[in-house]
Amino acid sequence: MTIRTIALNTYKEAVRDRILYLLFFFAAATLVFSRVLALLTVGDRVKIIKDVGLASLSLFGTLMAILIGTGLVYKEIDKKTIFTLLSKPIGRGAFLVGKFAGLVLTLFVMLGLMSIIFLVILFLHSFRFEAALLVAIFYIFLELILITAVAIFFSCFSTPILSSIFTLSFYLIGHTSWGLKTLIKKIPPGFGRTLARIAYVLLPDLESLNFKTEVVHGIAIPPAALVNGLLYALCFTAFVLALASLVFRRRDFI
Amino acid sequence: MANALTIENLHKSFKLGFIPKTKEILKGISLSVEEGTIFGYLGPNGAGKTTTIKTVLGLIFPDRGEIRIFGQPHLAAKARERIGFLPENPYFYDYLTAAEFLDFYGRLFRLDKEVRTERSRRLLKRVGLERAADLQLRKFSRGMLQRIGLAQALINDPAFVILDEPLGGLDPIGRKEIRDLIVQFRAEGKTVLLSSHILQDIEMICDRVAVVVDGRILNQGPLHELVSEKILFTEIALSAIDPGSVAGLGEIVSVHGERILLKVFDDAKIERVLAIVQAKKGRLHSLIPRTETLEDLFIGIVKGQ
Repeated sequence: MTIRTIALNTYKEAVRDRILYLLFFFAAATLVFSRVLALLTVGDRVKIIKDVGLASLSLFGTLMAILIGTGLVYKEIDKKTIFTLLSKPIGRGAFLVGKFAGLVLTLFVMLGLMSIIFLVILFLHSFRFEAALLVAIFYIFLELILITAVAIFFSCFSTPILSSIFTLSFYLIGHTSWGLKTLIKKIPPGFGRTLARIAYVLLPDLESLNFKTEVVHGIAIPPAALVNGLLYALCFTAFVLALASLVFRRRDFI
Repeated sequence: MANALTIENLHKSFKLGFIPKTKEILKGISLSVEEGTIFGYLGPNGAGKTTTIKTVLGLIFPDRGEIRIFGQPHLAAKARERIGFLPENPYFYDYLTAAEFLDFYGRLFRLDKEVRTERSRRLLKRVGLERAADLQLRKFSRGMLQRIGLAQALINDPAFVILDEPLGGLDPIGRKEIRDLIVQFRAEGKTVLLSSHILQDIEMICDRVAVVVDGRILNQGPLHELVSEKILFTEIALSAIDPGSVAGLGEIVSVHGERILLKVFDDAKIERVLAIVQAKKGRLHSLIPRTETLEDLFIGIVKGQ
């Protein structure tokens, strides 16, 4: 009940934030632009719309998660609204989970609206509906959930600007760490390979949640990859939230 | 009578600055607040008043010491369910309307919808904001925010109300209204812990006070025991006589036209002043004996420290 109350209030706060609408406007404009881009391209126009569309959902969803997520807890502390809130019988963990759930709900609604625009544009072009696109969108949503957890974690102890830089770094590292896999195969066994292996285990691998290429080009996705991706996102999110809760529980609100 | 709040030997220090330096804020605070009373917590800026309150509320963790609310550990949910809190310079979710705001806090106490609606309506009326129910808090004035803050502190019908500088930033009428509300709380059987700089208000409504200076309580007890009823001096306002004729009998505080304000420290000299006024056909406007005030006590303690 408490988590739900805080989550709904966070959702209310987020949907009254102008930045959300600005990002939504740009996302919608990019989705419309993908159709214009397709008209100017030689080749499979549907693929262009799918490619640009899915990339827009991912990019603008990530921006929403970072820009709103990194300010969520910090704003409560900075504006001192947390004083009255935590003086009530609310656990600090419940407060954090409520904030997280509220932003996830916001992202769900926003991603849903952007997806509808995307699918309508695609349908108007191809007169076909591809269910596989929903798989890619679902995994984009899972990635946004993880990024939200990371943004909230940083928001527990640093300013929104620093938290945004940290979360963006997490996102960029997460999408480039797959290169370590190739590196592990190329370097000879020994200290270097062990180091590369440790780095790969420790660094996030957001590419395991990226099925955009497969969906756009109609390549079959192995079920094991889907299950792995799902478990990876859920476990990583739970781990980051637990870490955030640990930091938040020990904080003094001066 | 049982205690609503008991604090024993509370210590708290913070690490401050770029190169962290430990600063001890609370240096062994011990106090108790009896149920059904208004307790004034006084101290100059930076004395540790707000830190004590935040520690009681679980916003800050003490280094050592014990806090009990109605006999229970202060972090226990049962203890916190009985508390209402208004922070200093309250900041709230300004995108909510007054009614939404109270409903939100009511939900945090798991109150039923009917109870929330009824209580919100009653509390808005009680703090004089019934016409602002549908107004967003960002459009509220400072005084209105203080009032809605007080309403949220009462949404759970608490037995113990903690108010940190509730009279700050209010105009004289607003101050009187809030003061009257606090006195009503006591009549309803609630306990109030009140931290304030406005000593006059504390003196008017508090049963007991504690004076905290530099993280230590220097004096605490019932107000009538702390503030002596002995007459310190008598203020006499008179006119139509020469100031020189009464100069040796007391301290002339001011002379405005014909009007003289005289401070007389010796009771015997009052008679002589009155005799001079009568002999010289002067006029006596007022004669007010001044006893010690909380302000005198407070300034004495702080200066002594």
